[in-house]
Amino acid sequence: MLERLGLMPTQASTVSGDVDALYLSLVGLSLVFSLGIAAALAYFAIAYRRRSEAHEAEQIHGSLALELVWSIIPFTIAMGIFIWGASLFVTLKRPPDNALEIFAVGKQWMWKLQHLEGRREINALHIPVGRPVKVTLTSEDVIHSFFVPAFRVKQDAVPGRYSTVWFEATKTGSFHLFCAEYCGTEHSGMIGTVTVMEPDDYQDWLSAEMAGGMAGTAQGDDPLSVAAAGGELFRGLGCHTCHRQTAGALGPSLTELFGSQVSLRGGRTVLADEAYLRESIVDPRAKLVDGYQPVMPTFQGQVSEEGLMQLVAYIKSLAAEQDS
Amino acid sequence: MDTQVTNEHDRQEHYLNVDYGIRSWLLTRDHKRIALLYLGSITFMFFLGGIFALVIRLELLTPAGDIVGADTYNKLFTMHGVIMIFFFLIPSIPAVLGNFLVPLMIGARDLAFPRINLASWYIYSLGALFGLWAVFTGGVDTGWTFYAPYSTTASYTKVVPTIVGAFLVGFSSIFTGLNFIVTIHRMRAPGLTWFRLPLFIWAHYATSVIIILGTPVIAITLGLVAVERVFRIGIFDPALGGDPILFQHLFWFYSHPAVYIMILPSMGIISEVITCFSRKRIFGYSFIAVSSLAIALLGFLVWGHHMFVSGQSVYAALIFSVLSFAVAIPSAVKVFNWTATLYKGSISFEAPMVYALGFIGLFTIGGLTGLFLAALGLDVHVHDTYFVVAHFHYIMVGGAIMGYLAGIHFWWPKITGRLYPETLARIAALIVFLGFNLTFFPQFVLGYLGMPRRYYVYPPEFQVLNVMSTAGATILGVGYLLPMLYLTWSLRWGARAGANPWRATGLEWQTPSPPPTYNFATTPLVTEEPYAYPLREAREY
Repeated sequence: MLERLGLMPTQASTVSGDVDALYLSLVGLSLVFSLGIAAALAYFAIAYRRRSEAHEAEQIHGSLALELVWSIIPFTIAMGIFIWGASLFVTLKRPPDNALEIFAVGKQWMWKLQHLEGRREINALHIPVGRPVKVTLTSEDVIHSFFVPAFRVKQDAVPGRYSTVWFEATKTGSFHLFCAEYCGTEHSGMIGTVTVMEPDDYQDWLSAEMAGGMAGTAQGDDPLSVAAAGGELFRGLGCHTCHRQTAGALGPSLTELFGSQVSLRGGRTVLADEAYLRESIVDPRAKLVDGYQPVMPTFQGQVSEEGLMQLVAYIKSLAAEQDS
Repeated sequence: MDTQVTNEHDRQEHYLNVDYGIRSWLLTRDHKRIALLYLGSITFMFFLGGIFALVIRLELLTPAGDIVGADTYNKLFTMHGVIMIFFFLIPSIPAVLGNFLVPLMIGARDLAFPRINLASWYIYSLGALFGLWAVFTGGVDTGWTFYAPYSTTASYTKVVPTIVGAFLVGFSSIFTGLNFIVTIHRMRAPGLTWFRLPLFIWAHYATSVIIILGTPVIAITLGLVAVERVFRIGIFDPALGGDPILFQHLFWFYSHPAVYIMILPSMGIISEVITCFSRKRIFGYSFIAVSSLAIALLGFLVWGHHMFVSGQSVYAALIFSVLSFAVAIPSAVKVFNWTATLYKGSISFEAPMVYALGFIGLFTIGGLTGLFLAALGLDVHVHDTYFVVAHFHYIMVGGAIMGYLAGIHFWWPKITGRLYPETLARIAALIVFLGFNLTFFPQFVLGYLGMPRRYYVYPPEFQVLNVMSTAGATILGVGYLLPMLYLTWSLRWGARAGANPWRATGLEWQTPSPPPTYNFATTPLVTEEPYAYPLREAREY
């Protein structure tokens, strides 16, 4: 009903009902407290209005019992809300393992999105209903923020780092995609549409012929998958000349890298996740792998953010091949 | 008042008629005159920032862009924020009412460092000139938050002059805070122990502590933005090797406590006004006093709640969230105590009291909606939407400015020696209250529906709520213009005020209105707690 009255946005993801439940509970709590205060103010204002100049107030200094009551009860309620909000947040922060992967790059003033299979979109995102979707976000220039009100999710796209946001649509249809972090002239024009489709329709859409020039780095009809495009880039940049599997190679082998613990110089270890891979490409000396010399040049500025995402996807795919 | 009193009043020498020359104002070391210099400066800035707000609201009347372009719109909301926060709200109550009243309330002849006090106004003015220079030579479009790397790399507007302006007014705040701390420690009248201090003084003490500890951090942060922008040294821009999240940590380390710089002094005013117009001791004096300090300390530990979707770690988010809930408690305690103070009082409803009651209502809504934003899973949805815009306007306009207006009306007779027109003032207070709610309440709904803030054009389904908000803004504008007019009118035609027109306790009411240059003919001796109502004798001066 609140949705039809225009007081709440559509609920279109698995978490939107949970977020709304917390919201409505807080609205209820706020009504109780603010109407309670307002009623007390109004009652006192009328009952104890100054009827004549002789009307003296009754002097009361305070009450320790009351102070304790109105500190402890709100504190307890506040902690309850904290726990509720925190558990919801942890859910929002943990994408399920089987999530469909989408790569998104924000730039002034558009969202560039790419599906794992290679299809690209600008200011539009097509996803299947009933399947978790994980979006890996970054930015080419300033901070943007990926916001889909119908899904109740938001995540900043910060230049120089990766962040992720996930959601599972429960309803087909078209929903707003907004940029929520101010990013300059056309900030309010940096909006798009999320189209939620039936899984079959999504598959059809995904394999549909692409408009000319939109497809990966390939020139043909079928777009290259993100990982395959990353592989082409990998060879094109000559990465394979050092990152070989043979003994004595200048760079460490990348075949089983993703998801593993890497031993660094100085004894530290680091988890090889997307952020680590990206950092190692643009700033190779930030974390030196134990047993290797700092000979790799930086690729900062030579590879676009989309190219970096493709390289990362390629390196991830190498590890996935090893697993299977 | 009979003519005899009026004539006597005219003969009496006070801080306003002691000298009329321009030098006597520009070189004054009298805290009361410096307060009036500040009053003039910040009133000008308030109306400038208010004009920007009105143009913003007019632009948002329709979903499309109509009266200004996108870049102009972005500059308008930036300059509205910069002017209102740095050049109006932060100095407002401390530099005007605090400056005027801190020495009077503690029975001192002036602040501890009168020359530093005057210097603070000059530094403020210099900062304001930089700010105005930026405004009138093209403006600035980074948002008042100056987020990097937009502010350091992508903006082609007057970022550096604006930063220099904000940097300078920061120093004027530090001077004021330093002066208050030393004055409150060292210059209290005999018998005025810490727990006999008016709550206005406690609030200003807590505010001063925040100003001194927090302001250097914003100065450094803004300095680093200028350095990266001018010299291309990588601090925040990842393309230069910097970290944009570092900027947010540094910025909010000051800018969250800055919210308490704006609201604590206002809370101090409310305690004075509520007690006076219910002729009753404050309920839970020590709890209100100590809660100010608790807010000042806890307020420094919650800055990360501005960054729940920026990519900080989940653990950091959890800690900032729980601390944010904790900081709500001392504020709630104040609201409960103010309400309880009315119980069995002898209540009258002069304009300051109308503003104070409005403050309690609006601050309660502002505080409760803060819980929505502190709740992690919910903040993700409402972060950077109009929900946040509505929330902080309830705190800073519904709270801080309502308190400021309560205070200006309450002490106007003391400052000017004249009464303001009561009926008109009550009407204005109601107009402000109604206009405010109509402007900002719809924005909570807009925010939950998903309208992001700082949008120049917006999807058409958001229009109805935006029209309501714009309608409210015009009413609010009238509400703010009225006091400006009738207070100015009262300077010449207002009825003469006696020393204590409200029959209030407090040392400031035990000296003539307007007070003499050195405040008290003889240093008062304090023998009882504050708010010792009923006032035993109405002494006339």
